[in-house]
Amino acid sequence: MELWKRFKDPALAQKLLQELKGLCQGSSQRPTLMEVCGTHTVALSRTGLREVLSPYLDLRSGPGCPVCVTDDSDIDLMAEVARQPGVIVATYGDMLRVPGSYGTLLDLKAAGARVQLVYSALDALELARENPRDTVVMLGVGFETTAPVAALAVQRAASEGISNFLMLSLHKTIPNALRALLAENSRIDGLILPGHVSAIIGEEPYRFIAEESGVPAVITGFEAVDMLLGIVELVRLIVAGRPEVLNAYRRVVSPDGNPRARALLEEAFRPVAARWRGLGSIPDSGLALAEPFAAYDALQALGLRRPEARPPRRGCRCGEVLRGLIEPAECGLFAKACTPHSPVGPCMVSSEGACAAHYTYGRNG
Amino acid sequence: MKDKLVTMAHGGGGRATSELVQAVFLPRLGNLELMELGDAAVLNLDGQKLALTTDSFVVSPPFFPGGDIGRLAICGTVNDLTAAGAVPLYLTVGVILEEGFPLAELKRVVASMAEAADEAGVKVVAGDTKVVERGKGDGLFLNTSGLGLLRNPPPRWSQARPGDRVLVNGPIGEHGAAVISRRSGFDLDSPVQSDCAPLNDLIGTLWEEGLGQHIRAMRDPTRGGVATALAELAARMELGIRVDESALPISPAVSGVCDMLGFDPLYLANEGKMLIVIDASVADAAVDLLRKHRYGAEAAIIGELTDEFKGVRVRTPYGGHKRVDVAEGELLPRIC
Repeated sequence: MELWKRFKDPALAQKLLQELKGLCQGSSQRPTLMEVCGTHTVALSRTGLREVLSPYLDLRSGPGCPVCVTDDSDIDLMAEVARQPGVIVATYGDMLRVPGSYGTLLDLKAAGARVQLVYSALDALELARENPRDTVVMLGVGFETTAPVAALAVQRAASEGISNFLMLSLHKTIPNALRALLAENSRIDGLILPGHVSAIIGEEPYRFIAEESGVPAVITGFEAVDMLLGIVELVRLIVAGRPEVLNAYRRVVSPDGNPRARALLEEAFRPVAARWRGLGSIPDSGLALAEPFAAYDALQALGLRRPEARPPRRGCRCGEVLRGLIEPAECGLFAKACTPHSPVGPCMVSSEGACAAHYTYGRNG
Repeated sequence: MKDKLVTMAHGGGGRATSELVQAVFLPRLGNLELMELGDAAVLNLDGQKLALTTDSFVVSPPFFPGGDIGRLAICGTVNDLTAAGAVPLYLTVGVILEEGFPLAELKRVVASMAEAADEAGVKVVAGDTKVVERGKGDGLFLNTSGLGLLRNPPPRWSQARPGDRVLVNGPIGEHGAAVISRRSGFDLDSPVQSDCAPLNDLIGTLWEEGLGQHIRAMRDPTRGGVATALAELAARMELGIRVDESALPISPAVSGVCDMLGFDPLYLANEGKMLIVIDASVADAAVDLLRKHRYGAEAAIIGELTDEFKGVRVRTPYGGHKRVDVAEGELLPRIC
């Protein structure tokens, strides 16, 4: 069988499911697992595994959807940037439909703001080259996965002397968010760690999880077989009472991650406190541009101030969803006032959001 | 409708588009023929049943692996007529050009239109050209309208019943994957090719072999993909559709692009695919027949109608289920 098919192989998946059932037999309560990463959230729904696993496991979504954890105040800040004269805002598609105090970026675009969808920060740099009379501001959202390309874009702008390119860096890093999360939610028995982020940072930054909180965690891939492999390993650790960090995605994640990408991050960024929706301000969980690249910092260059953090929109419980405290359907707005077509909170907007995944794939017709 | 301005979501072919049509167009322009909201309007003229449709093409980039905006404009309208159960005959072409558009590219597009029209056996019998100032258009916009003669017997929506099978003529999501990977600048070893093709000849064989009388409905799953088209079919038939995901033909290349960008192939656009609802007793025969044609080589039965639920339920290869529905708007790639 071709390699890519093996990780989608239903027969292999069945074997792993049987193994999982065996492990879960005899325990009176379903273990609560959190899939930290939004890509896992979607993949579990899309493969139907969420339903298949529900008799044995209580699966909760975590803070690993970049759009979802972006604080309302930062969404307003993006809108403020888009309203500046002479500015073209470059953004990933997911961000376009998140409602803030001024509406969405898509609304602002319809009203005349210049908002351009890009697939990478390097596209934004290209946009700056093509529009020398305008200032292109890249909305830098995402985790350790997207941040290296943002770092590369800023470095290239500097080395090529492109001065009409700016970065609004709202990038976030995962490890300290997990620390904050585990301090808050004591119901989590195990963490399904994000495969993509781990491919960059490796295994080491997660060691504290087992040591500080006694919760096992497994780095996991995204195909059905990958996910089941990770989950079986995780449940095995839970059952055995062994709080360890394991890597079940070795074909992609090496123990020390991607040193080149990490070097890029260290050169271009410095760690700062970041505001996370639902988790508040977390020290050393965000990336601001490092001193040598300060000239590319959109906040400074445009003379903007970060708005105060403000309370979530009325009734929206995205914050609790992101901490795994409630399931999307437990929010009073879910599938009523809040749908992907007319979202109230970001978890319903992003294709990676827990609410959107539950809404799109989960409801029975 | 709470929106005050048109946003890109209104053009996505999903729920926002439908809301725009319902709120703005139908109240003022609605009539018996339009209200059917089929792929083409069916018109009764002196006992002759005609099908009429129109479509505009604003695809960017205009050239993509496996096709271009010209081939797309012909095939799209030919397939809309085909889905309505008609034999496409005549097309019109409207061209809106932006000042400065290279004539060489225009010639390429027109040559490609001619080739597709030839292949489909349709004639372009009227046209119009306008030029807008630089900056007021995206290079080239095309509109095609098409007229066709309804086949006899036409698809019988009212006969749809539980147990009827749903077929597709080949691998899904190829056009969407081709355009998206081109647009996102992926440098793939073997780029996904668009499936852009006229399907009138393929579908015609079903009628030639006497299977036409067993066809309940057809839909070409363009924007919004197979998911949206199935959801629309289910809604219009007032029945549920049960889909077996492992029966869906999907190429490794499309699967790869989806894994990379976080898309579900069910929601990716097709430009050479037809969903066919047909009586169970002839479903296998129909698949065999479709497979003899170059545009049906990988035809498959992907699901069946049921009255146990409404909407579309997909059984995954891992024993779980997921619902699929009308796409919500434009497909947006995930961030990480």
